[in-house]
Amino acid sequence: MSLTKEEIQPAKSIERLDYLDQLEAEAIYIMREVAGQFERPALLFSGGKDSITLVRLAQKAFAPAKIPFTLVHVDTGHNFEEAIRYRDELVEKIGAKLVVRYVEDTIKAKGLQEPTGKNASRNWLQTYTLLDTIEEFEFDACIGGARRDEEKARAKERIFSFRDEFGQWDPKRQRPELWNLFNGRIHKGENVRVFPISNWTELDVWSYIKRENIDLPSIYFAHERECILRDGRLLNNTPVIQPDENDQIVTRRVRFRTVGDMTCTAAVESDAATLDEVVAEITISRISERGETRIDDQQTEAAMEDRKKGGYF
Amino acid sequence: MDLLRFITAGSVDDGKSTLIGRLLFDTKNILADQMEAIEKASKTRNAGEIDLALLTDGLRSEREQGITIDVAYKYFQTPKRKFISIDAPGHIQYTRNMVTGASNADLAIILVDARQGVVEQTRRHSLIASMLGIPHVVVAINKMDLVEYSEDRFLEIAKTYQELAQKLKIKDLKIIPVSALNGDNIVDPSANMPWYKGDTLVSVLENVNVLNDLNLTDGRFPVQYVIRPQTPELHDYRGYAGRIRSGTFRKGDRITVLPSEVSSTIARVEIAGQEVEEASAPQSATLILDDDVDISRGDLIVASEAAQPVVSQDLETLICWMDDRKELKVGSKFTLQHGTSRTRCSVRSIDYRIDINSYEQLEDIDTLKLNDVARVVLRTANPIAYDPYAKNRTNGAAILIDETSNVTVGACMIE
Ligand SMILES: Nc1nc2c(ncn2[C@@H]2O[C@H](COP(=O)(O)OP(=O)(O)O)[C@@H](O)[C@H]2O)c(=O)[nH]1
Ligand SMILES: [Mg+2]
Repeated sequence: MSLTKEEIQPAKSIERLDYLDQLEAEAIYIMREVAGQFERPALLFSGGKDSITLVRLAQKAFAPAKIPFTLVHVDTGHNFEEAIRYRDELVEKIGAKLVVRYVEDTIKAKGLQEPTGKNASRNWLQTYTLLDTIEEFEFDACIGGARRDEEKARAKERIFSFRDEFGQWDPKRQRPELWNLFNGRIHKGENVRVFPISNWTELDVWSYIKRENIDLPSIYFAHERECILRDGRLLNNTPVIQPDENDQIVTRRVRFRTVGDMTCTAAVESDAATLDEVVAEITISRISERGETRIDDQQTEAAMEDRKKGGYF
Repeated sequence: MDLLRFITAGSVDDGKSTLIGRLLFDTKNILADQMEAIEKASKTRNAGEIDLALLTDGLRSEREQGITIDVAYKYFQTPKRKFISIDAPGHIQYTRNMVTGASNADLAIILVDARQGVVEQTRRHSLIASMLGIPHVVVAINKMDLVEYSEDRFLEIAKTYQELAQKLKIKDLKIIPVSALNGDNIVDPSANMPWYKGDTLVSVLENVNVLNDLNLTDGRFPVQYVIRPQTPELHDYRGYAGRIRSGTFRKGDRITVLPSEVSSTIARVEIAGQEVEEASAPQSATLILDDDVDISRGDLIVASEAAQPVVSQDLETLICWMDDRKELKVGSKFTLQHGTSRTRCSVRSIDYRIDINSYEQLEDIDTLKLNDVARVVLRTANPIAYDPYAKNRTNGAAILIDETSNVTVGACMIE
């Protein structure tokens, strides 16, 4: 299905082309380069706001046709129900092809050790499932919703980020990326990760979602939830997280800023129940997105850099 | 509110990372947890003060060596503008990274250490900025605190730089005395330098006019992709998707497709599936034509009324060579990517190299090594439709791709 009337915003003339229009034009250009340069492109879809934004940008890039990418979801089995439901409805609505692969299956097939202990997370294991999925479908490009403002290692990454046949990122041998000339030439077995919203900040994404009237999963808005209070952070109370004696079970009014794996995504206390309120709250917020809600990056200063070298998106 | 991309350049230790850190800090763009993280890291490495440079030096090897290796992007805003800052490494071995960062920049901040004055790196970075056609250059004479905020010292360096800028034909130049470490003339006018009456750095960044940098006269639209929904209702829909590189396209305009020279008329202009009257650079749009013509990715749609690009197989280019494994020689073959088109090319001749320090043209080489800049004549397998880089930054640029490794090995500016 193509965009509805409410989803289409009036186009602007050059004098009024503001930063969101500029960022949108760039992202659409990148999406079209992917469609033009690759045989089997995929769009990594997590059900989170960044990948939802990517889908909207892809719709705009190819309207009135359907998007020419397969949506790929690597499911840790620890996802929020709301995000999964949203994913299925969206796929139905836009008539896209969806591939879901489960970390659980990779663990079984490869006999991997499930991480245990207090802050155990399957987040890192996603890499294996992702690499297997890329191989299975011979995807030559994977579009992801990473942003350079998220984290220091990401700040160095190209928009077309080359990965070798083992899925590895080599920060010292990145291809020079000049002007708007993206070089997506690869050998069979290699692939390119593409980040159309590299130059967006978290606030830009939220402002865009608001401007475009994009519908989001309900967990992004304030609601009452039973949480595990651990080291000052609020985690969703689910059977996949084992509380220990220092943890407390509390009910709080919260919203999520990212909706990744439940084991490593914390909630923030908030009363922001609408898009306007969320944008207002983020505008004045003094804590960045990853620092507040991602538990996995806190562990070492170079955590993300190491994971990316190993093939993480 | 609009967006400005700027690059910071200078030698190692001139204070680029500190300057960016300072800009983020003084414009209140450093978040609490980031601050905490760098405070922690500052303590583990060097005792005492927090090190604002840690905000941009992201890779482990960078933090270990205390230098910036790759281009780092940072984002901040003031009430007037959004900024993308591109922190490029200073060391000569990373010249290609600076070229990468400079290719998209609207403005360059070139740092000079007030104690050292204009040095080799200053000359090299200024050459790159001018060669890549960055429209605005700001020279920040940094570490003024270490020269007792001396006006004489400032004027002396400024004079030397102005001479250099003249040779390079830098059009819009501003020179500002600053201390990145202490924040002098970054956001607020410095109390230590009352003799300086010009704008502060942030005020220049906020007010520089970039709308005039856009070429809005010569309609250029490289076709990226052909949209064909092939559904019953949209059976005959055929839209050419692309991003307008320069100029404006309107319903009813005559267009010419290059290199085939077929012409037609624009039936509709669409943005995101919605019809609009016109679209201009740098918008992404879709053009629907009156006639059923054969157009595919790689073709260039040009406004017929506008000045026409050159269509040729012989290209005189300025090349910055970026590969450390192979050299460029006469007879070398590559894939040339220009706009959305790719064609094979071979090197006809290497006319001269440009000494990046003295700016002299030297005929002393027959191969290009990493970071060399030279005038090179290329012959392409298929004609390409280009504009001289100096006239049209987007339609005069191309890259060379190595045909075995697929790596981008050269940046070309067509003359
Ligand atoms: N005194 C003084 N020191 C500075 C100033 N700016 C930077 N520095 C110091 O110069 C050194 C190199 O700075 P850095 O930002 O890493 O330089 P880069 O290599 O250009 O990124 C660091 O020790 C800084 O603290 C300044 O304005 N005054
Ligand atoms: Mg630095």
